[in-house]
Amino acid sequence: MSYQQNLAERGMTIGLRALNWLAASDLLDRLGLREPTERLLHGASKTTTRTAARAGRTFAAAQKLSRPARQPRAERSDLFDLEPTEEQQMLRDSVREFALAKLRPAAEAADEGCATPGELLSQANELGLSMVGVPEELGGAVEERSAVTAVLMSEALAEGDMGIAVACLAPAGVSTAISLWGDGEQQSTYLPEFVSENVPAAALALLEPRALFDPFTLSTRARREGDGYVLDGVKSLVPRAPDGELFIVGAELEDGGPALFIVESKTEGISVEPEPAMGVRAGGTGRLIFEDVKLPASALLGGGDPAVYSECVQLGRIGWCALAVGTGQAVLDYVIRYVNDRRAFGEPISNRQAVAFTVANIAIELDGMRLATYRAASRADQSLSFGREAALAHRLCAECGVAIGSDGVQLLGGHGYVKEHPVERWYRDLRAVGLMEGALLV
Amino acid sequence: MISLEVPKKFEQLVSQAHMVATEIFRANSRKYDLAEHTYPKELDMLAAAIDGMNEGGGIGGAGVGTVGSASGGNGASTRERTGNRNGSNMASLLGLIELCWGDVGLLLTMPRQGLGQAAIAAVANEEQLKRFGGKWAAMAITEPEAGSDSAAIRTTARYDEDSDEYVLNGEKIFVTSGDRADLIVVWATLDASKGRAAIKSFVVERNNPGLKLDRLEHKLGIRASDTANFVLEDCRVPKENLLGSPEIAPKAGFSGVMQTFDNTRPLVAGMAIGVARACLDRTRELLEEAGLRIDYDLPLHAQPAAAAEFISMESDWEAARLLTLRAAWMADNRKPNSLEASMAKAKAGRVGTDVALRCVALAGAIGYGQGELLEKWARDVKILDIFEGTQQIQLLIISRLLLGRTSAELK
Repeated sequence: MSYQQNLAERGMTIGLRALNWLAASDLLDRLGLREPTERLLHGASKTTTRTAARAGRTFAAAQKLSRPARQPRAERSDLFDLEPTEEQQMLRDSVREFALAKLRPAAEAADEGCATPGELLSQANELGLSMVGVPEELGGAVEERSAVTAVLMSEALAEGDMGIAVACLAPAGVSTAISLWGDGEQQSTYLPEFVSENVPAAALALLEPRALFDPFTLSTRARREGDGYVLDGVKSLVPRAPDGELFIVGAELEDGGPALFIVESKTEGISVEPEPAMGVRAGGTGRLIFEDVKLPASALLGGGDPAVYSECVQLGRIGWCALAVGTGQAVLDYVIRYVNDRRAFGEPISNRQAVAFTVANIAIELDGMRLATYRAASRADQSLSFGREAALAHRLCAECGVAIGSDGVQLLGGHGYVKEHPVERWYRDLRAVGLMEGALLV
Repeated sequence: MISLEVPKKFEQLVSQAHMVATEIFRANSRKYDLAEHTYPKELDMLAAAIDGMNEGGGIGGAGVGTVGSASGGNGASTRERTGNRNGSNMASLLGLIELCWGDVGLLLTMPRQGLGQAAIAAVANEEQLKRFGGKWAAMAITEPEAGSDSAAIRTTARYDEDSDEYVLNGEKIFVTSGDRADLIVVWATLDASKGRAAIKSFVVERNNPGLKLDRLEHKLGIRASDTANFVLEDCRVPKENLLGSPEIAPKAGFSGVMQTFDNTRPLVAGMAIGVARACLDRTRELLEEAGLRIDYDLPLHAQPAAAAEFISMESDWEAARLLTLRAAWMADNRKPNSLEASMAKAKAGRVGTDVALRCVALAGAIGYGQGELLEKWARDVKILDIFEGTQQIQLLIISRLLLGRTSAELK
C-alpha cells in the first residue's frame, strides 16, 4: 500500500489502464509480481484513491474569433428517407470496420482494466470522431451540423465495444457542445485542440451520485462571485476522468437554473476518484469533486440559457441510444451464430421456437430502437423540436437494451454467464443506457 | 438524407383522412358497435366520395383495397431527384392510420375496399382486372380446420370439362364483409394431394346460388365489420374466374397468393397504429384533465407513475409506427421487405393491444365504461394481432429469415 500512497503523494493519477497493461504482460509472472499487483488493482477499485485532477495542457486561443462559427443546418427534408448520405455511409463503414477489427479484440482487457489503451484512442481520433461536430472554418470534418452522422458513427463504434466507444466519444461530446453553444472566445480557445492530432481527454459531466437523479435538479452549484463563478459539488461516472483535461460540467447556476460550465481540470479545487462500475468500464469512469473551484466568467457555456441545457441533456440521451443500438446489434449477430451452432437433443437449438422467437424479438426491438434514435437525431438536424423524440428513443433503448442484454446471456445459458463469451459484458454495458445522463453528446 | 418525418406531400392526404375519420367514422363508432350486423349506410356516400377523389388524385389509396395494386405502382411519377421514393405504399399507410384512428371496424367494411381487391390486383390477368376491378371483393381463405396453416385448406375446385367451369365445395369462415361484398375470392385446391402448388384463388359472385351464407359471427370487437361464414355446395364458376395460372407448378402458385400478404401486413400494422394512437390521444386528454403533467425531459423515475407509463406506451407505439413506415418505404423503393413487413406487423399487433388495454386501466371507470370509446378500441384492436398472420406466425417468419431455417426445421 505504500507504493500507492507514494503515487498519490507525487500527485500522479494511478493509471488503472497502465496497471492492466502491466497485468496482461508476462513480465509480471517472470518477476513474480502478479499477486501484489492484483491486490493493488483490487484495492484501487474498492477504496477511494482520490487524487488531484491532472495538470492538463494549457488551452489558449492563437487567434480570437469575434463571432462564433456554427455548422449550417440542413433544410427540412420533404421526404421520408432511411438512406444515409454517401459521406455518412463512408464514415459509418470505416468506423465499423475499425470497431470490429480493433475494439472488439481489446474489449475484454479494457473492461477488466477500466481504461482504454492510449494507442486505440489515438487510432480512434484518426477517424475524426471529435471533428464531426466542429464547424469547417475551425477545422471540422463535416459541412453541415449532423447529429445523425454522430449517431451512425457512435452506433458503429459500440458494435465493437460500448466501453471503449464511450472513451473514444467523450471528447467529441465536448467539441460538439462548444461548437453548438460556445462563443467566439470559447471556440477559439478550445476547438483547435480537438481538431489536432492530440485530442484532449474530455467529457461532459452531468450525472451526480444519488438515487432518483434528475439532470434538471442538480446538487452541484455555481455561485456568482465577482465576474466569475464558484463551483461546488460531485459528478459521477464521468468518462476519461483520470486523465481528463477538460470537462463541461452541469451545475445549478445561482438564480438561473441548470447551466453548463467549461472547466479545465488543472483548475484549483478539483479532485478525481476512480469510479469503476458494473459496465462501460473501458470508459475510465470516475468521480469529479469540485470544492470551491473558481471559474472565470468565460466558463459559462451558452450564456446559461436553460434551453441550451435541455438540448444538451436531450442530445446526450440520443448519444446513449446510439450506443445501445450498436451493442444491441453486436448481441443479435452473436446469438444468431451461437444458436445455429449450438446443438441440443440432436439439432441446433435455433430449431426451437422458444429460442428462435427470442432472437426474432431482439431483432424487432433493436430495429425499433434504431429508427426512434435516427428520428430524434434527424429532427435535431432539421431544427425541429426533438425533446419528445429523444425521450421516446431513450426509454426504448434503456428498456429494450437491457432486455436484449439479458436475452443475449440467456440464449447462451451457462456459457453466457462466463467471460469466454462477450455477452456478459454487453449485459453489463447495456444497463448503463437508462441511467447515464450527459457524458456523451451527438 | 435520413429523415423519418411524414413527407410534406402527404400532409394534405393525412389531414383529409383525419377529417373523414372524425366526421364520419368517429361519429358512427358506437352506433355500429352496438348494432352489430347492421349495414353502416353512411359509408355508401363516403365510398362514392372517395371513388371521386381517387380519380382526382385526392385521398386516393387511403384504404385497404387499393393497396395491392399500389405496390410499386405509381412510383415512377413520384421519383425524386435523389432516387428516394415516397409513393403509394406510404400514402396508403398514412391514410389508413388516420382512418383507423377514427374507427377500424368501419374502415374494414368500407365498400369496395375489401382485401379481395388486393388478391385480385396481385395475380389477376388484364381481362380479369377489367371484369373485377373496382368491385367490392372479400377474401375467403380460412376454414374451420385451416387458419394460419393456409396450405392445409380442404375446399376443393374440380374442373368440369363439359361446362368449362370449376365446381367448388367446402366451408369458409371469417370472411370479412363476406355478405356485403360483390365478389368473394375463394381459395381452393385443385388437387389436395399436391399441397401448396395446387391451391388457387377463384372469384365467386356473391349471388352465386352455390355460395350459401351459414351465419354472421358475433365478435369481441370490429362489430361494424361483418364476418361471414359460408358453405360452398357445388358452387360453379366459369374457368375464367381462376386468378393466375391453372397450372399446378410447385412453388409458383402458392407464393403468388402469399405475396398478397407482403403488401397487406404493413397495412394491418398501420391499423393497429391508428387505433393505438386514438387510445393514447384520448388517454392523454383524460390524464391532463385529472391534473397529470407529462414532461418528456424528466427521467421516467422523476415523474408520476402514470406519466412514466404513458411515455413508455408512447415509445413502443413510436417504434411500431416507424417499423411500419419503414416497411412501406421499402415497398415504395422496391426493396424486398418480407422481414420488415413481418417485424412491423408483429410489433404493431402486440403494441396495439398492450397500449389499448393499459389506457383503459389508466382511465379507470371512464376507460372501462361505454361512455367513452377506449373500451371499444381495446376490443377492436385485438383482431389486428390475429388476422393477416398472427403474432406467432410473424415471429416464425422473422426467425426463419434471420436464422436461415426452413419451415421443416423451425416448425
